[in-house]
Amino acid sequence: MTVTPVLPKLVGQRVKRREDPRLIQGRGTYVDDVKLAGMLHLAFKRSDVAHGRILSIDTSAAEALDGVEAVFTGAQMAEMAGPLPTLLPFPAPERRAVATGVVRFVGEPVAVVVARDRYVARDAVDAIEVDYEPLPVVVDPEQAMTGEPVVLHADFPHNLMLASLPMGTGVGADGLVDDTAVDQAFADAEVVISQRMINQRLAPTPIEPRGVVAHYEPGKETLTIWSSTQSPHLLRTFMASMNGMGEDQVRAIAPEVGGGFGCKSAGSAEECVTAAVSRRLGVPVKWVEERSEAFLATNHGRDLIGYVDLAARRDGTVLGLKLRIVADVGAYNMIFTAAVPTSTMTMASGNYAIPAIRATLTEVFTNKTPTDAYRGAGRPEGIYFLERAMDMLARELGMDPAELRRKNFIRPEQFPHATQTGVVYDSGDYDKALDRALENAGWEQLKAERDAARADGRLVGLGLSMYVEVCGVGPSSALPMGGWEHSQVTVERDGRISATTGASPHGQGNETTFAQMLADQFGVPLEHIRIHHGDTAVVKQGSLGTGGSRSQAVGGAALHLAGGRVKTKMAKFAALLLEAHEADLVFENGRIGVKGAPSAAKPFAEVAAYAYRPIRLPEGLEPGLSEEAFFEPANNTYPFGCNIALLEVDRDTGEPRLLRLVAVDDAGRLINPLIVEGQVHGGLAQGIGQALIEEVVYGGDGQPLTGSLMDYALPRASDFPRFELDATVTPTPLNPLGAKGIGEAGTIGSTPCVVSAAVDALSGFGVRHIDMLLRPEKLWRIIHGARD
Amino acid sequence: MIPTAFDYARATSLDDAIARLQAAGGAGKLLAGGHSLVPLMKLRLSEPAVLIDIGHIPDLAGIRESDGVVEIGANTRHHDVATSALLRERCPVVADTAAVIGDPQVRNRGTLGGSLAHADPAADYPAAMLAVDADLHLKGPGGWRVVKARDFFQGVFTVDLAADEILAKVTFAASRASAYAKLHQRASRFAIVGVAAALETGGGIIRTARVGLTGAASSPSRLAGVEAALAGQPATAAAAAAAARGAGDGVSELNADIHGSAEYRRAMIPVFTRRALEAALARAGG
Repeated sequence: MTVTPVLPKLVGQRVKRREDPRLIQGRGTYVDDVKLAGMLHLAFKRSDVAHGRILSIDTSAAEALDGVEAVFTGAQMAEMAGPLPTLLPFPAPERRAVATGVVRFVGEPVAVVVARDRYVARDAVDAIEVDYEPLPVVVDPEQAMTGEPVVLHADFPHNLMLASLPMGTGVGADGLVDDTAVDQAFADAEVVISQRMINQRLAPTPIEPRGVVAHYEPGKETLTIWSSTQSPHLLRTFMASMNGMGEDQVRAIAPEVGGGFGCKSAGSAEECVTAAVSRRLGVPVKWVEERSEAFLATNHGRDLIGYVDLAARRDGTVLGLKLRIVADVGAYNMIFTAAVPTSTMTMASGNYAIPAIRATLTEVFTNKTPTDAYRGAGRPEGIYFLERAMDMLARELGMDPAELRRKNFIRPEQFPHATQTGVVYDSGDYDKALDRALENAGWEQLKAERDAARADGRLVGLGLSMYVEVCGVGPSSALPMGGWEHSQVTVERDGRISATTGASPHGQGNETTFAQMLADQFGVPLEHIRIHHGDTAVVKQGSLGTGGSRSQAVGGAALHLAGGRVKTKMAKFAALLLEAHEADLVFENGRIGVKGAPSAAKPFAEVAAYAYRPIRLPEGLEPGLSEEAFFEPANNTYPFGCNIALLEVDRDTGEPRLLRLVAVDDAGRLINPLIVEGQVHGGLAQGIGQALIEEVVYGGDGQPLTGSLMDYALPRASDFPRFELDATVTPTPLNPLGAKGIGEAGTIGSTPCVVSAAVDALSGFGVRHIDMLLRPEKLWRIIHGARD
Repeated sequence: MIPTAFDYARATSLDDAIARLQAAGGAGKLLAGGHSLVPLMKLRLSEPAVLIDIGHIPDLAGIRESDGVVEIGANTRHHDVATSALLRERCPVVADTAAVIGDPQVRNRGTLGGSLAHADPAADYPAAMLAVDADLHLKGPGGWRVVKARDFFQGVFTVDLAADEILAKVTFAASRASAYAKLHQRASRFAIVGVAAALETGGGIIRTARVGLTGAASSPSRLAGVEAALAGQPATAAAAAAAARGAGDGVSELNADIHGSAEYRRAMIPVFTRRALEAALARAGG
């Protein structure tokens, strides 16, 4: 007698990533692995001055090199491609992919070389001579706002891309601002915390830099573009419009993508140039970024100054918040540049029912690399400003930082909750996450341990922070490219399942999580399912792709809907074969059977085969088993959590060392806790990295001082203790999965928590706040201040 | 990596490598582990016409001891130095130093000879070589020459090594009471300040002390004031702390960058001197 193997349910299980074996063994295909016959190699001559007028470019020596096929200056490129795209309805200066008259940051392209191989291309770049008339340089955004010593873009006086955008209580749809409620909150306050805070500039630094292969085929009049991108469909749209082509003529492919962190959306200068050059020359062209090039040319992130005022009563009740933001956007507006800091404003209320909020945003041009999305994209900055201010308030009032937070939480029964900044939180139970974190950390005992260590002369501190953030980015009303996601699920004639998703992953593990979902939905083994992504010729539609922690909440929801549609249709074929009612069918263990009569079950593959050769076709049914779905989210999801850090500062050297990091994240329902933990680990590394390790630094002349990994420090495993993770589950009502999103959470919650721990450790020296980056020397100066 | 074009030659012996260096007429560079040279070539700061690979020359790697003298071949990888049972037991300062160079990738490829010949002012090995008073054995067309470590390092990336000479091995007397302490730069893992100490103790007394400093200034140096202050003192932590207090007072040309000002580096010299001395004393075993 044979026993039918029982397939376990996989959703919620710690399934190992199916992607990993090929990636670990070097069997993945990245952009740089794409090699086409006749392919030429492209390299950029980039500005080595931060601000200058191009007086002349001598390309003759480069053109004379053996193997150089073409050299294009900005003027020539301007004839081949339109201005670079921006997405959002903010005013922006026109930017050409290659500078035409003035360069505004170190790294801005000034010429393009196309050659037989990348070595010759690089030789040719070195052979190009550019003469610049130096222009004054401004790198400090608050200096830039004075309009002195220079204005970068003539149409933007005082270097203001956005002079002042208000948000919050009393801001009318007409943009008129009524400050009565906010002023009243501060008039009623018994205590006001005021602090200027820096949220410093970071370099996203994915392990794979960017890269592009463009192949224009003149005969077919089609463009195929491979790019290390998070958003292949968006790339297709941009490439079509920039090259005057139809979307039907463009195929965009994101092969394996080695990390993105927001800096690989689409529509970069390099994508535009590579495509335009391939179109001009009619041959495939490849550009792959060098690491030191990436520090100059890939967008940076963060770089906000926040002026925070928090009004409260002495019992800890928060009455009002003012947040004035100055965002240093660098030299140009890119895709999401202008929009990112608006999330800092919308998330200013954090986990708290703050009755009056005034946020204002000013965006300023400086002679630096442009900023754009970087993991968290605006939310880490907002949570940082708020949570640091809450920590300062707790210290001022002598309250336990956990209890101050608890006192101001939005209560579970208040969801859905509309904040004063105009967003609606879907669901939440903040006490639950806080309580779990306090319990896991052993909060009371931890405080006693800290006090005991201090009594021994050690500089030990505790930090706690809450976060709430925006995931499942959509809906279409909020995004110019649409906020939906698409999926098509096909049961093949052999019973295998092929599915596509527009959520094009670059490390999120969708090939695993999405297969887990379909395995449960159809009762088939994981090994029989393949998830296709990242190719607009295979994946029919997509909007933003992967970003804003939307893969599961939007892409997963689309997959679930499409899978359900196929299953419904397949049930009709099965019902015919089994002479049963559709409603009585069960899909399990690779078979489709009738509830209560297991012996009558048909193998899944047999039903699939029948659907493709339906000798009797159920009435009204077409052959085949392939269905698609677009999922349009009603709104964003708002996951949340709590972080607790224990940190020690070396009294002699000022070196901070993180001793413990306890994190509780509530991302709604989890498909794969192992992958979730991986996402949290990476997020924590970058969040803690912002506090302790990473910073882009410029000299006053606009020269980058962190132009390589010798000077720009990235977090390493050896920098951290073992993270202590846990999860609470508060499902979202906004999608059928109840999943909220997790990709950015760690980056958002951990930064203020670690800085607060450092401030606590050094509180004996009279500090209330320390601006990032917490370099050892900076902390040493606080400890040894008397000696200076 | 996108360097300028170069020729590659694999040397079969020291003499073969020397001949090739001479033939290259100053345009040749020796390739050992490649962890200093290749990054420079990648940035096109170094553009050699020919790379002479000495990585396959027999007997250029290895650690041995005879008659109390330790010998390390120039091609010995940092990892092998760090994990050498002989060094851990007989002269731990050298193993300590190798263990905190860079990261595992660097330690698995980089070599002792390559690091010393390159003479990055923030490299770790120079401090240890000064502390053990190492002899550096150089071979050139005219035969062998021995240079003391303290004479070898002449300035930023500048050493007493002719264009047609090769650093083949180092030798030094084993020093059990020895240790290295380092403040690392968080991006490169190079030393902001690194101090190596080697003590000779007996009867509870420090007879002689040698203390090498790296990272803080433009070239590595011995901390003569500390050495003098220690000689004849009891082998105690208190004596070490007292001697360390003025460490670095005479050091000039302090480095300064975003990772640490000159003032901070100066303040770190006594801290890491004390730490190195305390660790060395802990190994003195009476």
